[in-house]
Amino acid sequence: MIRSRTKVGKQLLNVLAGVALVYLFVPIIFIVAFSFNKPRGKFNLIWQEFTWDNWLKPFSDPGLTDAFTRSLEIAAISTLIATFLGSLMAIALARYSFKGHNGFNFFLVLPLTAPEIVLGSSLATLFLGQNFVDFGLVTIVIAHVMFQVSFVALTVRARIRGFDWTLEHAAQDLGASPMRTFWKITFPLILPGILAASLLAFALSIDDFIITFFNSGSEQTFPIYIYGASRVEISPQINVLASIVLFASVAILAIGNFSGKRKGSGRKQRKLARA
Amino acid sequence: MQEVIKLEGVSKRYGDFVALHETSFSIGHGEFFAMLGPSGCGKTTTLKMIAGFEQPTTGKVLLDGADVSDVPPYRRNVNTVFQQYALFPHMSVFDNVAFGPRSKKKDESQVRKDVMEMLEIVRLADFAQRKPSQLSGGQQQRVALARALVNYPSALLLDEPLAALDLKLREAMQIELKRIQREVEISFIFVTHDQHEALTMSDRIAVMSAGHVEQIGTPEEIYRNPSSLFVAGFIGSANLLAGTVESSSGTEYVVALKSGAKVKVQHHGSTFSTGEKVSLMLRPEALNPVAGSRGDGLSLGGTLTDRVYEGATDRLVVRLTDGTEVVCLTDSDAHVAHKVVGDSVTINWQPQAGYLLAGWPEVSGSTTTNVDQIEAAL
Repeated sequence: MIRSRTKVGKQLLNVLAGVALVYLFVPIIFIVAFSFNKPRGKFNLIWQEFTWDNWLKPFSDPGLTDAFTRSLEIAAISTLIATFLGSLMAIALARYSFKGHNGFNFFLVLPLTAPEIVLGSSLATLFLGQNFVDFGLVTIVIAHVMFQVSFVALTVRARIRGFDWTLEHAAQDLGASPMRTFWKITFPLILPGILAASLLAFALSIDDFIITFFNSGSEQTFPIYIYGASRVEISPQINVLASIVLFASVAILAIGNFSGKRKGSGRKQRKLARA
Repeated sequence: MQEVIKLEGVSKRYGDFVALHETSFSIGHGEFFAMLGPSGCGKTTTLKMIAGFEQPTTGKVLLDGADVSDVPPYRRNVNTVFQQYALFPHMSVFDNVAFGPRSKKKDESQVRKDVMEMLEIVRLADFAQRKPSQLSGGQQQRVALARALVNYPSALLLDEPLAALDLKLREAMQIELKRIQREVEISFIFVTHDQHEALTMSDRIAVMSAGHVEQIGTPEEIYRNPSSLFVAGFIGSANLLAGTVESSSGTEYVVALKSGAKVKVQHHGSTFSTGEKVSLMLRPEALNPVAGSRGDGLSLGGTLTDRVYEGATDRLVVRLTDGTEVVCLTDSDAHVAHKVVGDSVTINWQPQAGYLLAGWPEVSGSTTTNVDQIEAAL
């Protein structure tokens, strides 16, 4: 049904959309803006005056910097492991139907739906009870891989659901071994999906607080450090590092979006050519 | 003729379902061979077994004399043109075509030469750097052809390659395919459900139905001397009239049609005994409607119920006295031009135009006027 909107209705819609956008962006703008603040005292909470100092010395707070690099390390390692495992799961799930297919699906969704507090505490009991590894880097990585793998597998699977498996037949028909077929045909074509999934996994790892909190022992990650420090000090460097993470992820997203769009339009053209 | 492909007692089952009953035939060097049949007749399964994507349940597939039944597709010297082309979307036309030679680790300068030569043959040399998505359907089709042919396979397998193209392009590609096939002198094995395509392009046709090969022969053999009612109805259009053999002497038969009329048939080939149920096949173009009746056993009377002008020909539908409808194709300027719907006409034919088939058709009359029958066949 097509109904012409009244002028008032149209304007009201614009206002509402504007309010929604402001609601989404104000906190983010706040974070970035306060990275340029020169606070009086230990708490960067009230706007005083503009300064470049914080950005010129982003790593002046050694505790924060350590925690930040630790978080990057953990995210890098766990993302690598999770992307590898998750992608293999996704390919297997998308491509073959096997016994326990549905059960497997169910177990993949579980870590996404279970409350983090439950996952975190039960993992902690597992590590404590079995006593095979001390809390620290290893336990954090294990915990992160656990929930990342689900995200990666589900994201990659969604991206390769439309993959044309006859391309693999075509490659084999042209004399390519199964290995060559995978590396030359399947892998390059599903790579954008895998990259998107790994970005998501990386962000989840950097961001995670609850599960990490239960399994970190004395290890300080970025979120845990901020949580601990916020009671005694909120330095503007927190805002600087947070802004860096924000800009980096926006940039990566933009690049991914741009190349994805080009690929997408190509696919559309091909469909049109066929029709 | 040198045999390129030979099937020896090949069959394929999926559980209880028999996709292909035991089948044996061979395909010669440089032959254009069509496997024709409705969907689910086993033609694609047969093609996949030749390509290596399916293993036969029984029997052997021989390629250039060697048993390849257990050889994986990437070690068989046959190539396939897939129905939707299956071009690699992330590679240029050049890289698509070069994929086969590079997989065989050929020297890169040789690859360049071979690929460009093949792109010349399919007239796409100017498009080498394009991506498949930037090509039209017909161009993509030719890339798929070049990509397969550049490997100089013993045989090229084509799985309904023209099905995705619209009518005009399809007809042009039929001619193009024949030209390319003559140029490269490679056996083409062509799977199609389009009888027109099979008739116009092939050296030989295997007509398949429900997992059986019904008949193998040249287009003319199959059209003139179909081996079964199915083949008669599937290839071209036919008028099939049920009857019983009343008497015979040598190749001369007298057949009493269900309607009671008696017709004379000169039939060569298989023999029929007196009392046997047979069908008289009359091709529409062999029928001649005239005014007035002729009682020589080579004519039947009826009423003109429809006439469709088709340019060079007129399609006449005649209802015989027992209600059976037959179709005649005549020149537009034939002497029945003045006949209108409702007029009584007599159709007659030459003695050698009649052809006998064992059994009765499900529905007597023309195979082109019964919608249910056509749907069941497709």
